[in-house]
Amino acid sequence: MVLNNIEKLLEKYENGESSLKEEQQLKNYFSQETVAPHLEVYKPMFAYFLVNKQEQFTKDVPLKTTRKYNYKWISVAAVAVLMLGFYFGTTLGQGDLGTYEDPELAFNEFSKSMEMISSKFNKGAATVSYLNEVSKGTSTLGYLNEVENTTSIIFKTY
Amino acid sequence: MTQKEFLNIVMPFKDKVFRLAKRLLISTEEAEDATQEVLLKLWNNKVKIAEYKNVEAFSMTMTKNYCFDKLKSKQAQNLKLVHSNYEEKNTPLQKQVELNDSVNWVGKIIADLPEQQKMIIQLRDIEDYDLDEIAKMLDMNNTAVRVALSRARKTIREKLTNTHSYGVK
Repeated sequence: MVLNNIEKLLEKYENGESSLKEEQQLKNYFSQETVAPHLEVYKPMFAYFLVNKQEQFTKDVPLKTTRKYNYKWISVAAVAVLMLGFYFGTTLGQGDLGTYEDPELAFNEFSKSMEMISSKFNKGAATVSYLNEVSKGTSTLGYLNEVENTTSIIFKTY
Repeated sequence: MTQKEFLNIVMPFKDKVFRLAKRLLISTEEAEDATQEVLLKLWNNKVKIAEYKNVEAFSMTMTKNYCFDKLKSKQAQNLKLVHSNYEEKNTPLQKQVELNDSVNWVGKIIADLPEQQKMIIQLRDIEDYDLDEIAKMLDMNNTAVRVALSRARKTIREKLTNTHSYGVK
């Protein structure tokens, strides 16, 4: 009777129609020591399923609680720093700039500095005049052309 | 959500995730990495966990997808970590001993099945999920799961019968 039942269950099992409960019955049957000889084939199959169910995952998983930075507060701090910068920039910057009150004094001072600039400028321009020498040199190079002309004439004759 | 609450949710099915990963990836180390990856992903999205209808089924789907990605990248590298690759070269004696062990044979037969049947056998016969759950995890319909399951079971039985009657396959 039991065997008949098992055979029926096996057929259902192979067609994928057995329920979980029926499959449990099969597993129980095949886990015992003695099985009908013609059903011996199924034994390793169910044994394998049972053995594989035992396998466990033993590795540790590092669950880090990653603290997220609150970017809102960082931006608030940045704005505060900027504001402070502007505040001190405007208050400390209003020092003495050396402004002249008297227009005549200011004019004198201005012309003096302009004179200084022009004298320095002239000194610089004088050194530039050396460039004339260079252009003179290049003009003498022009003679080389003459040499080339004559040589070309010579070579033509051959 | 604290770590403890998270672990309470995850503990019941972490082994199932691992075993499914191992079924697909074969190597234990790779399966461990896969499991770790899946659990970490869950942990990083812990805020959303309450929204998932079924965390377990969701994790199984995630595992499946992760393993497929792994397999794809491995195939691209043309590097296989499948054990059967080098077991061929083992000494005949050792092979003989192994062959006697029919239980190991079942594992090898399952490893030769197509990916989908492998997963279905794993989920049904080892993890005892019902067909609807499997269908949802694998994004298939119920009938397709049943057909694949039936095919896989028949293949296993046929191959086992062969090894029994021939002794050595």
